[in-house]
Amino acid sequence: MKCDEKIVELMHEYLDEEIDPENEMILRDHLKSCKDCETLFNEYKRTIAVVKGTSRMQAPPNFTANVMASLPKEKKKVGMQRWLRNHPLIAAASLFIVLMTGSLISTWNQDREFSVSKQENLVVENGTVIVPEGEVVKGDVIVRNGELRIEGEVQGDVTVINGEQYLASAGNVTGQIEEVNEVFDWIWYHMKRTAFEVIDIFNDGEE
Amino acid sequence: MEALIKKRIKQVIKGDQDAFAEIVEIYSNSIYQLGYRMLGNRHEAEDIAQEAFIRAYVNIKSFNQDLKFSTWLFRIATNLCIDRIRKKKPDYYLDAEVSGTDGLTMYSQLASNSPLPEIELESLELQDTVHKEILKLPEKYRSVIVLKYIEELSLNEISEILDLPLGTVKTRIHRGREALRQQLRYV
Ligand SMILES: [Zn+2]
Repeated sequence: MKCDEKIVELMHEYLDEEIDPENEMILRDHLKSCKDCETLFNEYKRTIAVVKGTSRMQAPPNFTANVMASLPKEKKKVGMQRWLRNHPLIAAASLFIVLMTGSLISTWNQDREFSVSKQENLVVENGTVIVPEGEVVKGDVIVRNGELRIEGEVQGDVTVINGEQYLASAGNVTGQIEEVNEVFDWIWYHMKRTAFEVIDIFNDGEE
Repeated sequence: MEALIKKRIKQVIKGDQDAFAEIVEIYSNSIYQLGYRMLGNRHEAEDIAQEAFIRAYVNIKSFNQDLKFSTWLFRIATNLCIDRIRKKKPDYYLDAEVSGTDGLTMYSQLASNSPLPEIELESLELQDTVHKEILKLPEKYRSVIVLKYIEELSLNEISEILDLPLGTVKTRIHRGREALRQQLRYV
């Protein structure tokens, strides 16, 4: 090639798609007037076309399966986690039991103390909570380790844990009444409450 | 696509091996292809591609998730190919390629199904010639040519994959192009 190396450089710039418009003009003008360079340029372009035109190979059909079979075995723990993720309800229950069983007895004992949800017009007498006649208590009423006598109206759910509730004939509860007396009821009560929170956590974790 | 890959990678990092299958499925052809053009035959291509994916899996925690996964994967695969080329006896792969049955098998398969056997023959002969000429390139030119013209990656990506300055990548592509031009100008 007798021409300036600069022209070959410009050819490469062109082929790399990095030539600026000014240099492209120089290259084009030169190619019009120089047969040798035009031939060289066309050979480059043909070479690229031929290389690009080689057929695309496909991995063997069982390739992915072979790779997966060759991977080091995953830890047991992880298989368990995936299983739990695919079974959120059971996962929620399992997680609850795992987390709660240890502290359950102490929670249970702590909760032997009397407690009641805070509504102004509830009356408390010797461990008995009274919804007085003619009164309307708004919101859910929860009584722990005590009794509940409903003579008025509760606009909400009533839950009595480890105690009993009496609904007087004049009394009225707009929501559900639930008594939780046994340890297993206690667990179940917490599970239902926790389950939805746990599922939320699992769903968050999926993101 | 990148988003899907990133999601699968996170699952794999958490330990969900099954999530890796989809990653393999997506990149298997291009990595296999890289191995085939770098090493010259299907057997080694499969071998090296499989090893590349296993390495990616084992080292997935060291993958910087801000980067493109394909760049990282190509880097692993290209390095494996280059290592293997360097370990080979210099004339082994040329002999294997010339006397190998690889091209013949491909030819007989395609020709028997083709309505236009002459055209297939011609293009397959050309394919074979190009394939062999790529394999004759020294490894440093072969890798850039394969990444650029077979895998159709950008110069920047190639520079990241090979961990070389952009200028070096360009020089190698120019030299690789020149070498191929001299061999392929009359085909
Ligand atoms: Zn000229």
